[in-house]
Amino acid sequence: MPNATLKQLSLQLAQKKISSTELTQFHLDRIARLNPGLNAFVTVDAARSLAQARAADAQIAAGKAQPLTGIPVAHKDIFCAKGWLTTCGSKILANFVSPYDAHVVERLNAAGAVILGRTNMDEFAMGSSSETCFWGPVRNPWDRTRVPGGSSGGSAAAVAARMAPAAIGTDTGGSIRQPSALSGICGLKPTYGVVSRYGMIAFASSLDQGGPMAKSAEDLALMLNVMAGFDARDSTSLERPVEDYTRLLDASPAGDRAQPLGGLRIGVPKEYFGAGLDSDVGAAVEAALAQFEKLGAKRVAISLPNSALSVPAYYVIAPAEASSNLSRFDGVRYGYRAPDYTDLADMYRKSRAQGFGAEVKRRILIGTYVLSHGYYDAYYLKAQKIRRLIAQDYVQAYGQCDLIMGPTSPSVAFGLGAKASDPVQMYLNDIYTVSANLAGLPAMSIPCGFGEGNMPVGLHLVGNYFAEANMLNAAHRYQLATDWHLRQPAGVE
Amino acid sequence: MSLSLQEVKQVAWLARIEITEVEAEAAQGQLNGIFKLIEQMLSVDTEGVEPMAHGQDLVQRLRDDRVTETDQHALYQSVAPQVEDGLYLVPKVIE
Repeated sequence: MPNATLKQLSLQLAQKKISSTELTQFHLDRIARLNPGLNAFVTVDAARSLAQARAADAQIAAGKAQPLTGIPVAHKDIFCAKGWLTTCGSKILANFVSPYDAHVVERLNAAGAVILGRTNMDEFAMGSSSETCFWGPVRNPWDRTRVPGGSSGGSAAAVAARMAPAAIGTDTGGSIRQPSALSGICGLKPTYGVVSRYGMIAFASSLDQGGPMAKSAEDLALMLNVMAGFDARDSTSLERPVEDYTRLLDASPAGDRAQPLGGLRIGVPKEYFGAGLDSDVGAAVEAALAQFEKLGAKRVAISLPNSALSVPAYYVIAPAEASSNLSRFDGVRYGYRAPDYTDLADMYRKSRAQGFGAEVKRRILIGTYVLSHGYYDAYYLKAQKIRRLIAQDYVQAYGQCDLIMGPTSPSVAFGLGAKASDPVQMYLNDIYTVSANLAGLPAMSIPCGFGEGNMPVGLHLVGNYFAEANMLNAAHRYQLATDWHLRQPAGVE
Repeated sequence: MSLSLQEVKQVAWLARIEITEVEAEAAQGQLNGIFKLIEQMLSVDTEGVEPMAHGQDLVQRLRDDRVTETDQHALYQSVAPQVEDGLYLVPKVIE
């Protein structure tokens, strides 16, 4: 049961082989046993989860089951959920019980999924290791002395350790894909605007996207079907015809049976395989590309010439937007208020100084500086121009290929504390992932092998705008021919 | 481009985050390290390039100017540090 896919679980529920109550209790028991050693979950409320499970069982009995009805899903602690503690990994929201549901939470609830618990994360989603969480670091189930990646590290660890069959996370610069790669699971960031950001605590509004994390591309597609869609309450939500993201998965492949990806052109950026990429990661990714060729795809050498500028541009734009978004945390309407202060301004300054962690403060300071008088043009506007150059590189590239692939992360999971002393070292982890956020393109990571210390390696896929179904299909065909995505860490039996 | 200690304190003031002398010094070193990273993009030629705020350059969607929300202030204020009679309480601002 712990290794069952969402599709398999849905079938078992429909056939009454298990009930949602049993399935939810099964995972709650695993959380009770495994979470103390991993710190993936911040909040668990068994009574609430089981109440939802019972309601799901009633839906199933009445013949009203949908694909995710009765399935327990872990939620990153960044999605507001009514009546649930919603901390965003921060002391400043450590007491915040959300009075409303995020759009994505509403959609999952309406689909009959069960909220399994709230997962740990880098504070305000700022991080690539899940070490800046107010609730302590999350540990990688493959090696508990290492990080699971971030910022959706709790969600990644929950799925990797089979404490949850699926989870939801958010991705601003790689925060779904990188922890998926480091923790050996699958994660997807949709095209910007496809998943509503209403109720998703904002980090960088032009970059943030919510998305699914699970054990297979097929599971990601099932989740995306529920999560995606127009929401009038998010002013950046896109009005588009409803899509079934699973529609290509069962279909006869475009190529012949032996070469299901015949005709697919995979662009491999030459900039991604130079200095900075660990050789073990490079080797696993090369092997994956060879496997795609066996499935009929053709490799095309491409160039994304402005790749190297993506991290500097991101670390101007994201902190700038964050400094604006986090200005709402002032101790007035919700969250932490300092116990002692002299006047209103002092209350703001002390509440924020005491409530925010060091990394969040650093990013707010950077953001405030680059937006301030005299520097806006030189930094923020400049970075937005670089952003256009990066997006144009992709437009060029998609003239020659259909999907772009490379490594998700330059290395396998590193040790806890290994990159704590130099923020820039941590930022360089994002080198392969941030461009997709800057351009607004859909991207995903799937397991493709192992590297140093027997740690998982992730393959990164980037699609053209709105090409999620094609991207998921390519990943799915790869997963039908390989079993990297079925591996699980030792010690979680 | 590197920040002086005074500039660090000024930025902290703008961001409404209290910062001690010791913290400002530590922050100065880290922030300047981050600025070194950012500086890599400053010398790139972006002449004639339009800034991009959105992947598909979409514009803000508008809606009809009608009242659509209901009064839920009791619910939303249930999480506030201090409220009275529907008002958020904060220290007095002296003119």
